[in-house]
Amino acid sequence: MKRIALLFLLLTLALPARAQDTFVAALPGLGGNFSSQVEAAERLGTLGDPRAIPALRALSDGRLLRRADGSLVIREANTLTDAATGAPVQPDSAELARININNRVRVALRGALGRLQLVSPDPAERLAAAEAVFRTRSAENIPLLEAAVARERLSHIRDRMALALAASRTVSNDAEAKRAGIAALGASSSPDARAVLLEARAQNADLTGEIDAAVAAIDTRLAIRRGVETAFQGLSLGSVLLLAALGLAVTFGVMGVINMAHGEFVMLGAYTTYAVQELCRGTPWLLPWALPLSVPAAFLVAAACGATLERGLIRHLYGRPLETLLMTFGVGMMIQQAVRLAFGAQNREVLSPVWMQGTLLLPLDIPVTQNRVWILCFSLVVLLLVVAAIRFTRFGLEMRAVTQRRPVAAAMGIRTGRVDSLTFAFGSGIAGIAGVALSQIDNVSPNLGTGYIIDSFLVVVFGGVGSLAGALIGAFGLGIINKVMEPWVGAVLAKVVVLVAIMLFIQRRPRGLFAQKGRAAEA
Amino acid sequence: MTKTFRITRRAALLGAAGALAAPGIKPSFAQSAPIKVGVLHSLSGTMAISETALRDTVLMMVEWQNSRGGIGGRHLEAVVVDPASNWPLFAEKARELLQVHKVDVTFGCWTSVSRKSVLPVFEELNGLLFYPVQYEGEEESKNIFYTGAAPNQQAIPAVEYLMSADGGEAKRIALLGTDYVYPRTTNRILRAFLNSKGISDADIMEEYTPFGHSDWQGIVSRVKRFAGEGKKTAIVSTINGDANVPFYRELGNQGVKAEDIPSVAFSVGEEELAGIDTKPLVGHLAAWNYFMSVESTVNTEFKNLWQAYIKNPRRVTNDPMEATFTGFKMWAQAVAQAGTTTVDAVRTAIIGQKVDAPCGYTEEMHANHHLSKPVMIGEVQENGQFNIVWKTPNAIPAENWSPFIPENANRRR
Repeated sequence: MKRIALLFLLLTLALPARAQDTFVAALPGLGGNFSSQVEAAERLGTLGDPRAIPALRALSDGRLLRRADGSLVIREANTLTDAATGAPVQPDSAELARININNRVRVALRGALGRLQLVSPDPAERLAAAEAVFRTRSAENIPLLEAAVARERLSHIRDRMALALAASRTVSNDAEAKRAGIAALGASSSPDARAVLLEARAQNADLTGEIDAAVAAIDTRLAIRRGVETAFQGLSLGSVLLLAALGLAVTFGVMGVINMAHGEFVMLGAYTTYAVQELCRGTPWLLPWALPLSVPAAFLVAAACGATLERGLIRHLYGRPLETLLMTFGVGMMIQQAVRLAFGAQNREVLSPVWMQGTLLLPLDIPVTQNRVWILCFSLVVLLLVVAAIRFTRFGLEMRAVTQRRPVAAAMGIRTGRVDSLTFAFGSGIAGIAGVALSQIDNVSPNLGTGYIIDSFLVVVFGGVGSLAGALIGAFGLGIINKVMEPWVGAVLAKVVVLVAIMLFIQRRPRGLFAQKGRAAEA
Repeated sequence: MTKTFRITRRAALLGAAGALAAPGIKPSFAQSAPIKVGVLHSLSGTMAISETALRDTVLMMVEWQNSRGGIGGRHLEAVVVDPASNWPLFAEKARELLQVHKVDVTFGCWTSVSRKSVLPVFEELNGLLFYPVQYEGEEESKNIFYTGAAPNQQAIPAVEYLMSADGGEAKRIALLGTDYVYPRTTNRILRAFLNSKGISDADIMEEYTPFGHSDWQGIVSRVKRFAGEGKKTAIVSTINGDANVPFYRELGNQGVKAEDIPSVAFSVGEEELAGIDTKPLVGHLAAWNYFMSVESTVNTEFKNLWQAYIKNPRRVTNDPMEATFTGFKMWAQAVAQAGTTTVDAVRTAIIGQKVDAPCGYTEEMHANHHLSKPVMIGEVQENGQFNIVWKTPNAIPAENWSPFIPENANRRR
């Protein structure tokens, strides 16, 4: 009797607080082992209680802490709050342990957060939620998604939600819903939808026909997209080649100096970027501008080194290409080792500004990575500036005059020696600018330059020595050929094939794509 | 630094003087002559990024041993040479260490190709080499002790983890690697292993890139396509050296998340992560036998020793450094036990030596010249450290001849 009374008492106490209790009861599981974390996350997701959002998000960011008594605390910047009650907690770091998660827990957290945030007022959160629920795919999500799609006003989020709904329908038990889901997925042009369809195919032998048709429909749409994607990757590789080769197109193409230290000037440009970034670290408002500021800095550093090299050594070896080659090769190794001694053998980290991270979606949902887009644009701007400098400035005029007919230029009062060193400094400076761009996609290490020197010579020779248009076409041509070959034969063999092709091409046209005509070419 | 160079120069001088048979410099008592420790790590070229830290680890251990009175009252002296990431030069420098400097032991090499290059030299001149890096196995030399992992102590448990519930139950595997002997052999073993687990060749993608490859756009988008065939996919990376930085950057930029396509790497440690922004990489995995984040008293001592030696409280430790540390202690114990540095005596004395390693386990040198080691899987954290999500309960012995390579069927095991 006494026991029954006690039970009754407990029940009456518990009943009003039940709605709260399920949340509070599920919460401590987040602090347990991986399996109980997964279970707790799934339960919190199905409960639909928005109070779980901060705790789930904190766990996935590594900000959820466990007290000695097992209760959970959320760390937000410098304040601590209790995960169950939301009340502030006195910081007592001695007894707080960080809770670790693994990928299985992360997947569960993403699904739970997705469910909870489908109704969030923040459009970005709703989009992320639609994405997350698409990946979770559970029949339980169908009513939730149907409501969300009906409520959504922004079309791109609604599309994403509809896709998530279709994906969830493919795993429902209702054959009609499954068919509708498959049809909706087939109408999209998303590779993820294709993956969902193929997964469904393995489980639904009776629907193979429908699924195959849907996959085929997506494939046709994807074929165009893949073509564009490959072309973009080729252009992007081409832009890197172009940047690396532009300076050489001036020093080797226009002046005829075989400069094996060209790659090292590129490397110096990359290290200048690093140095500018470290200088800007002291003043936080300047840090986002570090990369733009590096461009003139790298130009000046590399140009100064180039001028020194030309005045100090190269000018004594004009007309002796073999000695120039060996000497610049040696200088290159010295620069490499000097940088290694000054900065250490370790790679240096150059930060990418936020606007250069992540993926950009072009029309037709073609994904391109931001940093590559910027470098592509940057290379074209640099090319235009170089062309403008040669065409429209007095320095450009003198440069052309000296390369075309040195004695006549000298007779007209041009100081040819000075023009030589300025031209060499100009070419080296462009190499420095290339280094700024390369610091965003390659390692800033002392051997950065060695990887580009051969490719640069290849571009200049293939395009036609002395022709900037040749460098442009040569770089983009090589880039695209490389990327088209790569899926067939692999990255290693693609390079070999391109090299063999160029050897054959040079046999047929020794002067490259854009051969220079006239007297200058004979000199 | 300066101290090192002075020692090297003096050692070179001694060697030269010895060759000229100048009797004046010869030490009068053989017993008080220093024990010479050769260091054969690249200090320039592509591998300098990884191997410089190992040179410093050996120098640190020499200093540590000397601070404890050397071995058996004899002082230790390091001889550093630079093979400059140049594989044939490794063989020349090994010969120089053994013939000119007459070193008693050598710690060195990182890439398998450099080890293959010095192996005949050590066998010919009966030297002693401690090799501290995980490798592809398929080798056993009486003159080399392997203190890194064999495939069954790293690659195979890592792939098993990817196929387990916690690892995401991967059914399709992309094997990406740098184009040389270690990745190719490892992937050959892994392919045979995956086939034996019921994963057909259609579900395995294998791609190789040159050293220092920087344009990963095509390969990463092909992996994404490979993953879009309706089966859970994972990446197994044997990419070596600094090509890893642009690879991970591309994974981050193309939005490949560890929840969807987890990757496990065999050659990426704390040192390599120091050059990358790790935020987009959280959740990607690495398999090693030691992580800096291991909690053990030996590891605390090891980290303190290292950071004090290098005078930088933020420098990281990694697996090959731990293997160097453990190998050095094992060699010192063997020399102390044998009472001599003669190669044959040390070789016998070292078998069965046990060391409490920083990884928190006791490691033992077995007759196959390999160590028993625990296997750990770590997840990349935002701070560039690894969070250990799985490890073996015990240190497991090495199978340097993999049972998954058919030619090994007749070998003794």
